Amino acid sequence: MSFLSVKNLTLRLRDNRAPLLRDVSLEVSAGEVHGLVGESGAGKSMIGKAVLGILPRAVEIAGGEIWLDGVDLLTLPPAARRKRVGGLAALIPQDPLTALNPSRRIGPQITDRLVDILGWKRTEAEARALDLLGEVQINDPARVMRQYPHELSGGMRQRILIASAFAAEPKLIVADEPTTALDVTVQKQILRLIAGMQARHGTALLFVTHDLGVVSKVCQSLSVLYAGRILEQSTVRDFFAAPTHPYSAALLGATPKYTDPEGSLTPVPEAIIARLRAEIAAYDEAHHG
Amino acid sequence: MADLTDGRGAVKRRIGTRLWLAGGWLTLLLLAAVFAPLVAPQDPLAQDLFLTRLPPFWEEGAEAGYWLGTDSLGRDVLSRIIYGARLALVVALVAGSITCLIGSALGLMAGFLRGWVDLVISRLIDIWMAFPPVLFSILLIAVIGPGLHSIILAIVIIDWTRFARVVRAEAMAQGAMDYVASAQVAGRGRIGTMLREILPNVLPTIVVLLTLEMGIAVIVEAILSFVNLSISTDDPTWGGMIAEGRASVYQAWWVLVFPLITLFLTVLAFSQLGEGLKDRFDPVLR
Repeated sequence: MSFLSVKNLTLRLRDNRAPLLRDVSLEVSAGEVHGLVGESGAGKSMIGKAVLGILPRAVEIAGGEIWLDGVDLLTLPPAARRKRVGGLAALIPQDPLTALNPSRRIGPQITDRLVDILGWKRTEAEARALDLLGEVQINDPARVMRQYPHELSGGMRQRILIASAFAAEPKLIVADEPTTALDVTVQKQILRLIAGMQARHGTALLFVTHDLGVVSKVCQSLSVLYAGRILEQSTVRDFFAAPTHPYSAALLGATPKYTDPEGSLTPVPEAIIARLRAEIAAYDEAHHG
Repeated sequence: MADLTDGRGAVKRRIGTRLWLAGGWLTLLLLAAVFAPLVAPQDPLAQDLFLTRLPPFWEEGAEAGYWLGTDSLGRDVLSRIIYGARLALVVALVAGSITCLIGSALGLMAGFLRGWVDLVISRLIDIWMAFPPVLFSILLIAVIGPGLHSIILAIVIIDWTRFARVVRAEAMAQGAMDYVASAQVAGRGRIGTMLREILPNVLPTIVVLLTLEMGIAVIVEAILSFVNLSISTDDPTWGGMIAEGRASVYQAWWVLVFPLITLFLTVLAFSQLGEGLKDRFDPVLR
């Protein structure tokens, strides 16, 4: 059985019941890196947020199941659910600038969850944090632990967030566009770092991104989303060899190639978009009442 | 590079002066209030009809020991200002702190917990803001009777919305940050997140509001004693002195002006203290 298994998950806005995710199912086995790709607004981040239980207030779960390590999270009461997710999963957020508490020093931000929530000893937690900061290639971790977030660069902060995500040895990490807010030169280092950490710790990774190039480098399998529907799920190898859905093929055509940086890019054809919209409309019609 | 460092030093020094001046004035006032019987040159209540409307010390006809002159009943203005500081500071500290505590707690809950909590508190704020504050406090004291408790209660009841509104907005903004999501993924409960993650970031704002509120409390107390709704009329109050001085401003300006200056400086000092402390506390600005 897969470590994470999302079944027929449907999300919608609380006020006007507009659907955000439509019957989404996906499986991630232990230690696997699964990419979620799609345009802005396709709902890829929402899947990660639903798994971690941090959906925005305006969004509600209209149906489906989220099985994490053999338990359906959506059947648990909120406190039990938080506890289970906290012990098994972690988040690498998108924007390192707002993901660290500005008024607290780095050290406690990493160690507090270990001490307060998982019951570690303070000294053990601090030793662990020092190790991890070293592992994400931060020089002089002891000094960084005493600093405030605003004293550090964006790249440094993202490294700290990565270290923090791995601190409690979670079995699943949701990486929500972890490189989007960074400089291009830093992006590559951070990506390599995440991939390296993932391989060493054997953590399953749900990797949300809009960058197919990133997917081809770090993921083993992927789901392509459009307007809250999953269009295609396959292994990365099969996908890049021969995508089955025409939208996927069009997306690949619209991605710059490292091997041919001057090559022309083709936008996704109108006809494919129109067909997708019609499919979505038909789906909504069928599920409306 | 050298210029840059120099510029920073200058900014730091300016913040220092502001804190020093404001803190200095308030400390002076606090000491004078606490040790009033030792510091005050005269009995603030003693009337002497042979010594009415004595001018301050630098003017012709001044009497030694009555530094800032006397009022139309021959009472020493300086001593009355010093004793008046007692009431003003007690009201500022007690009423300011209670208002801050209640208002901030409600604002924090409304802004972070949202949902029905926010709905109830926000509607309450809206309704509250529809009352004209000064009339409301006068009405309140007319109903429950004058006295120290009534003044404090009036200030708390009227001004908690000031904290609640600002803290709510700030807590909402902080609540949308990713670090809050991270804390929740890590398993922190709603209340824990609110106190450990949100509160420290709202604290600089609360400190500034608190000092502003202390200044406002001083003014409200003065207004209430001006209209004779403060404590018993025997004890000197700045507002009461201003009201009395107004009647004789053409014959003895000092009876009006000195309490007014004291009031002004005190309120200014409170607000500057807040700004100075904010610069010190906020780690991003430090």
